[in-house]
This record gives sequence, structure tokens and C-alpha cells, in this order.
Amino acid sequence: MARTLTIVEALKEAIREEMDRDPRVFCIGEDIGTPGGWGGAFTVTNGLSDEYGLDRILDTPIAEIGLAGVAIGASIGGLRPIADVQYGDFLFCMMDQLANQAAKLTYMSGGKINVPMVMRVPVGATTRAAQHSQSLEGLFIHIPGLKVAAPCTAYDAKGLLKTAVRDDNPVMFFEHKLLYGSRGNRAEAGALNASGEVPEEDYTIPFGRGVVRREGTDVTILGKLITVYRAMEAAEILAKDGIEAEVIDPRTLVPFDWDMLMTSIKKTGRLVIVDEEPATGGWAAEIAARAVEKAFDWLDAPVLRVTAPDTPVPFAPEMEQFYLPDARKIVVAVRQII
Amino acid sequence: MIRDCDSTTTAQSGDRENILGKEILLKMYRMMVLARRFEERVNLLFVSSEVPGTVHLYTGQEAVAVGVCLAIRPDDWITSTHRPHGHAVAKGIPVRELMAELFARTTGCCRGYGGSMHVGDMAYGMLPAIAIVGGNIPVAAGLALACKRLANGKVVACFFGDGASSEGAFHEGVNMAAIWDLPVVFVCENNLYGASTHVKRVMRVEHVADRAAAYGIPGVTVDGMDVVAVHDAVAEAADRARSGMGPALVECETYRFVGHSRTDPGLYRTKEEVEYFKSRDSIKCLRARVADAGMATEDEFTEIDQSVERELEEAIEFARKSPHPLPEDCLKHVFVGKEG
Repeated sequence: MARTLTIVEALKEAIREEMDRDPRVFCIGEDIGTPGGWGGAFTVTNGLSDEYGLDRILDTPIAEIGLAGVAIGASIGGLRPIADVQYGDFLFCMMDQLANQAAKLTYMSGGKINVPMVMRVPVGATTRAAQHSQSLEGLFIHIPGLKVAAPCTAYDAKGLLKTAVRDDNPVMFFEHKLLYGSRGNRAEAGALNASGEVPEEDYTIPFGRGVVRREGTDVTILGKLITVYRAMEAAEILAKDGIEAEVIDPRTLVPFDWDMLMTSIKKTGRLVIVDEEPATGGWAAEIAARAVEKAFDWLDAPVLRVTAPDTPVPFAPEMEQFYLPDARKIVVAVRQII
Repeated sequence: MIRDCDSTTTAQSGDRENILGKEILLKMYRMMVLARRFEERVNLLFVSSEVPGTVHLYTGQEAVAVGVCLAIRPDDWITSTHRPHGHAVAKGIPVRELMAELFARTTGCCRGYGGSMHVGDMAYGMLPAIAIVGGNIPVAAGLALACKRLANGKVVACFFGDGASSEGAFHEGVNMAAIWDLPVVFVCENNLYGASTHVKRVMRVEHVADRAAAYGIPGVTVDGMDVVAVHDAVAEAADRARSGMGPALVECETYRFVGHSRTDPGLYRTKEEVEYFKSRDSIKCLRARVADAGMATEDEFTEIDQSVERELEEAIEFARKSPHPLPEDCLKHVFVGKEG
């Protein structure tokens, strides 16, 4: 039986099912379990401490190095932590643990040990200004040893989180604040409806398998997280002018579904990449480089990127609006190459 | 707290030797000699370019690694630092596998992927060493959290230096271990210098152990040149941790007889200071104490020394004859599983 769930509900269901399935699974983070608190900054674990107790919905001090290091050590020691960092920007506090320990310990040991932890990370600009808004998935594709997931629907959020928990490697699991569907006083202004049908029965989604969100023949638009929705809006606008865009969603960035991208490029001959991160040295740049290296013969036009500018995320709503990729900017880019 | 290696000390602690017994004292002696001679051989192999990379030698600090690793159980876990050879020897990783790792061979304990600064093998209870100063401290707390949750009866001994105690990772890791009563013993090897910087220039309190008060856990300073003192302090802390009473901080005052790393002549230390600590050499002291207590003869020590030389000789030969990895093997082991 499928029900319509928000991403928050889907994530919570995945966590509950994985904790029921495997007693080694537990959640660790700041303000995730305290009764009367929020259940994490975006309510994903709200109420779970009533069911599972504070040992399995473990509140830490405000200490991101410790949070990450404890999750890493616990995972090596035989547990399956699902860590929660309140805002993606705080990953910078724990960067040594993620980049030097989580990502490298398997390699440094010659494959003898593994770090089966998940780090759940809310990202995206929501008028919280520069230190609570950054999208930084692209930074982590540059660190070999970390897997990177970025679901944008409730169905994918549940299926990919379950896969992440069962994966024997460290997984950075990015969630967009405007897609959560958080309710009550944690609801986000400007949120999109990312709710969708989610089966009640157990299912997982393999990493490295993207989906075509909209079929088209004239141009491929690749997004991730919220920019998949922006690409869909743009595709509807373009369709009115007879331009059929194909919108693709990789769902995971490491591993990445290159087959899906190459197949789509061969079909459409054009590629626009849409990303909420700054352009320079980013995920979109990497995709563009690979597309040119591997699919040059099929491309009929330059690969274009629609990204944020190379600035921190601004505060003033009109500046933030200017900063973010939207349907109009995507349409402009597509028209440049058609 | 620091005692000279003299007959007064021996007389005072003679009872302790009898309680520990000959077997463990000679085991301590052999491990310390093995750790010392391992480093001396490695240094020569490094100078002759047979061993690539860099090395941070443990020479002088052997009483700490050996005292700690004999105070915990063989299946307990340790975490280590950029100066890990002594910890690895004391934890029982076969020296042939350590040597092969330094030689960058596939038979090494990390299959040639780690090298000097990352030796370790969880099969022997040693996490591959973490060479980011302080980086292992929260990880040790995490390992201890797993021990507690899985009720596997293990404790974790976390080695770090005086320098690491100024890292944020120290504060966060020790605090979490404290609030959750995790079974971990934090072992600070205070060798007076963080690279070239004297601890007094970077720490306002007198002892690293004083910092334990900030976390509400016991902190004790012991003579790190006295293997029995280290052993006893850590045994007590480990018992306490294993029984669910939480972590403790054991500061071991020690000294490295050599430079920080391969190119360091140690010009920031006085000759007198180096000579002073060498006069308190932990191996010489232990040997004198055991001999004075009438628990072993010169012949027995000589036999141990010779067996250590044979073991190292065999290890070096093993490393020399071991295969190099293929260049393209660098693409393996980024992940475990099918992507690995």
C-alpha cells in the first residue's frame, strides 16, 4: 500500500524501519532526541526518542568534530550510525573527520576496515544568510572515499536512506530544506511540495541509478535536489514553444549514473546543468568536463551551466532570488543553445 | 613524580615487582627492546633509502606503549598517532608485517596503502594510526561507544601527545566520552614538545592531566619512563572504564631521544636535557630493577636481546623479499564492496 508522504515523513519511516531491522542502527546528532525539542533542525527524528529511547536517538553536545568522530569510531566498532548535522554549513567544523578519517581509513588500511556511517545534511538557501544556507554537495564528490546521495522525492528519500544505512561505506546524504515538507513552526517559507507516494513495504534504491523525470528530445537538463524541480518548471515553459526538454535526476552523485547522462546526451545533443552551488570548480563543472570528454561527438552545442554566482549565499530576499537558479534562467540558457 | 633510575627507587618498588612477577616483567622488557631496536633498524633503513617516505621514531617512549598495551587485554582496542610504531609493536602486530608496511610491500599490515604514519590492524586491536594530531580522540570515543552498546567487554586506549591536548578534537572527544561514561582510557604521552614547541609555551596548566577536571573525569600524571608506573595507572583506569565508570586521563611524562621526524636535529632542546632523560632510559631502568630484585640473570637478558635481533632480522628479510604493489593497485580500496 502506498501513501502520500512528505520527505520528512519518508526519512523518518526509513530510520524507523532500519532501526527495527537492525539493532546496531542508531541516530546521533545535536537536538535530535530531547523531548520537547525539534527532532533535529528539520523535525526528521521528532518523536523517535519516545519510541526508541535517548540511547538510540543520541543527543550530542554542540560539537561537530566530536559528533563526526564518534560516528566514525562507532561505525568501525560495529554500529551503524545515522548522524545528523543541523545545517550543511556546519560540515566545515567537522571537515577533518570526514575528509581525513571517514574517507581515507578504508584506503589507508588497504581495504581492511570500513566506515559504515551516514551523515544526513540539510542544504539550500532559505533566507538564513551565508552560514546556514550553503549547498555543498560538490565539495564532497571531490573527496574519494565518500559516497554522496541527493534525493529530491519522498520515494527516493526513503529508498536511498535505507540503502545508505546498509552500505558498508561512508555516505553523505544531502537533503534540501525547501523539499522537506516540515510542518508547524518548522515549516519553510517558499517550500516546494516534494510529497509523493511511498510504499509501506521495504524497498531500497541502488546508488548510481538516476531517473528521467521528463522525456524530451531537444535538450537535456540535469539538476539535483531542488534544481530538478526548477528544471521541470523550465521544461513546461519551453514546451509551450515546442521545445521538448529531457529532465534527468541522478539521485546519487557518487556513484554517478554516467550511462543515463550519456544516453540522454546522445538523444538530445544538448546539455544544460543546473546547480544551486557556485559555479567555479563545482559539480556542474565536473559534469560538463566529462560530457565534453566522453560525448563530444554527440553534442550539437556548447554545454551550459546555470548555477549560483561565486559569492556566499546572500541574506536579502531579492538578492537571494537573484543568486538562485530558477526556471527563467534555465529557459534563457536553453534558448541560447537551441 | 619523576623518579631517577636508582637503587632507592628499586628498593621502594621491590614489592611491586614481586607482585607483577617475572614473566610479565620480562615480557615488558622484551617488548620495549623490540620497540627500541625496531626503530633503530628502521632509522638505518630509512637513511639508506630502503624505506621510503618519512618516519617519526618512538625511541625513548617505549615504556608508555608497553605499559599501556600490557595493562589492557589483547582483544581491547587502541588508537594511535603519527608516531605509531611503538604502539603497534606493543599491541602485538607482527614486526614482519610492520616492517613490510614501511617497505611499502603488499604483505604489510596495510598492504602498502598506509606506510609509517598509518600502521595498524584491527585484527590485533589497533585502528590504523591517524596522523592528524588529535584526530583519533573522538574516533576512540566512538569505538568505545560501540563497545558499550555492543557490550563486548572491550576498552579502548587512545594514545595522543601533549600537543594534541590543545586541539578542539581533544575537548570534544574527551567530553563526549565523559558524559556517556564510555570505556576509554585517554593516554597522553607528554614528551615535552609538540614538534619543536615546548609544552610550557602552549599550555597554562602544569599538567595535561589537570585538564581532566574540565570533563569531570580522573586525571593522573605518572612517570612515563617507568613501565610499571604506566602499567599500574592504566590497569586501574581500564578496570574502572570496563566496569562502566567511564574514562580517565593518564598523562605519561616521557621523552623522545630523537628528533620529531626524519630531518629534525632537535636544536630546540639542550644537550643537558637530552642527556638527563637518556640517563633515565626506561629500558635500562627496568633491566636494573629486575636484576636488582634478583628476578633475572644477565644471561636471560642477553638471550632476550638476541631473540629480538633475530626477529628483526627475519622481519627485514621478509620485507625485502615481499612483492611491491602494482602501480595501478592505487585504484583499489577507495571503497569496500563492489566499488572497492
